[in-house]
Amino acid sequence: MLENQNREEKMARAEASPGRAGYYLYLVPGALGFLAIVAVPICANFYISLLNWRGIGKAHFAGLHNYDLLIHDQMFWGSMIHTALFIISMTVVPTVLGLILAAVLFDYISVQFKVGLSSFMRATFYLPQILPVTAAGLLWGWILSPIGITNAVLKAIGLGALAQNWLGDPNWALPAVSAVIVWVQVGYCLVVFMAGLARIDPSLYEAAELDGANWWARFIHITITMLAPEIFVVVLTTVIASLKVFAPIYVLTSGGPNNATLVPSYLTYYHFFTTNRVGYAASIAVVQTLITIILGIIFLRAQSRQTESEA
Amino acid sequence: MAQDTATLPGLAGIDRSEVRRPRRGIGRWIVLAILILALLATVFPFLVALMNAVKTAADYAANGPAAWPQSFSLATLGYFWNETDYTRKLINSVLISGIVAVAGVILSLLNAYAIGIGRVKGGKLVLMLLLMGIMVPQESLVYPLYFMAKSTGLYDTIWSVIIIFSVLQSAFGTYLLSAVLTAFPREIIEAAEIDGASRWQVLWHVVVPVLRPTLSVLATFFFIWTWNEFLLPLVLLISNDNQTVSVAMGVLQGQNTTAQPNLIAAASLLGILPTIIFFLIFQRTLTKGVVVGAVK
Repeated sequence: MLENQNREEKMARAEASPGRAGYYLYLVPGALGFLAIVAVPICANFYISLLNWRGIGKAHFAGLHNYDLLIHDQMFWGSMIHTALFIISMTVVPTVLGLILAAVLFDYISVQFKVGLSSFMRATFYLPQILPVTAAGLLWGWILSPIGITNAVLKAIGLGALAQNWLGDPNWALPAVSAVIVWVQVGYCLVVFMAGLARIDPSLYEAAELDGANWWARFIHITITMLAPEIFVVVLTTVIASLKVFAPIYVLTSGGPNNATLVPSYLTYYHFFTTNRVGYAASIAVVQTLITIILGIIFLRAQSRQTESEA
Repeated sequence: MAQDTATLPGLAGIDRSEVRRPRRGIGRWIVLAILILALLATVFPFLVALMNAVKTAADYAANGPAAWPQSFSLATLGYFWNETDYTRKLINSVLISGIVAVAGVILSLLNAYAIGIGRVKGGKLVLMLLLMGIMVPQESLVYPLYFMAKSTGLYDTIWSVIIIFSVLQSAFGTYLLSAVLTAFPREIIEAAEIDGASRWQVLWHVVVPVLRPTLSVLATFFFIWTWNEFLLPLVLLISNDNQTVSVAMGVLQGQNTTAQPNLIAAASLLGILPTIIFFLIFQRTLTKGVVVGAVK
């Protein structure tokens, strides 16, 4: 009896396994690539973070020495604080603006005017999002320079007293860079939210309107509530992205003035390729990676819980 | 969930103005005016770049960046184009992004075929790893990749960047396509198998034709993402002849512009222009497919 069962199982497995095994071949190129480009470098980077190494010459094993330096490094902590502040311009402001814009375009402009107009506006708001950040940064650096158009316009309208060296003044650099980042990010939030709105049954709005709910009430009770999944995706992806802000800083301020806009990615780059403190730079990258992975796990957890509750 | 929303129809398909009657009144014009102001603020940088890039250097120097052009000249644009050998940068960017778009899609497709259709064991684990690969900061890859590129002789060649981004983009592509292929109707595959089609034939003659729209969205995104990449190309492509548009823009800051005071306006205009053209062509794909990119 038992033998019989075994045999049946074996047969079933024999039938299934050659079928499935063949598919593994299709994973080979991807797996090799992933190993070489992601897995091995991540492990190598972790190993480098345990070394006292200048990139050339002999490396000395230093254990956790780099991490010890790290937690006492004011530049590192400064960069982490800036990252936290960049969450405002990467996540908070663009999400709020994106929600309002999406609701207005979807629920007002396309009703009061034309759907085409709302699509056109959506596309225009989205444009900064797909430009090379370096080109946009170069442009903004010129606009915000002391002899740039921002100050020229301020002087022309009699507000010359407000003119600043926007990117060169430690008090203004961070807000100025943040403004540029908001300009880039709004489009992303807007487009994701508008796609989410297309999922909402229009009769919900109609019913609410008939019940006398004004635009604001519909925005709070229908739009925000129904867009909860999209808001979640946008918030988490942009929070993760704010940990990786690099190109705008590189182009606009190089982390300055006086480290006022320093971020971890720039600090890592700086130590890898300018000061050649390779081991130390690697340890910063490891911390960045760990934070990202923790956020990623939260993301996956919440996402699978959501799909379960939907199912 | 990001993938579910991606398959939903966009806004344009539903004409809601028929459903709900517009109300007349001054309020709607105020809302419109505010939106137009916001739009102008969004395009303001492009307008001023354009306005200043076509001035003569003398005009710019005399009247400043805020003044309406008194002159028209393509000299500064031409100066930048020749000085940086911009043709070369464009070719590099097109080659890198184009090859990555194709190779990345093929890699994604092969992986997803095994995971979604083949339902290989450990597929879930592979997807988890890939997701980590998508999110991981490039800072933690950059030094080992730099080191590897140097030791394989690929340093300062576009091939280093092509290989790296084909793999990095395919992490996301695999994640997306696996979800699509898991939902692929089994009957179609089984029917093809009964007809004697091999696995390879099923992939190319059954799966790919059905997936074609998704694959082209994916390729479009791979192209634009790779075009805009900065950190790794900055580190790996150091000589002028191998730089991409994105890198050329990034390293221009701080260059001496006394000879051409409006050089930056011209340079950033030329840096932005290819993307705007690309955007105009693929606008629908890009704005609708962005939800697809939400996990990135």
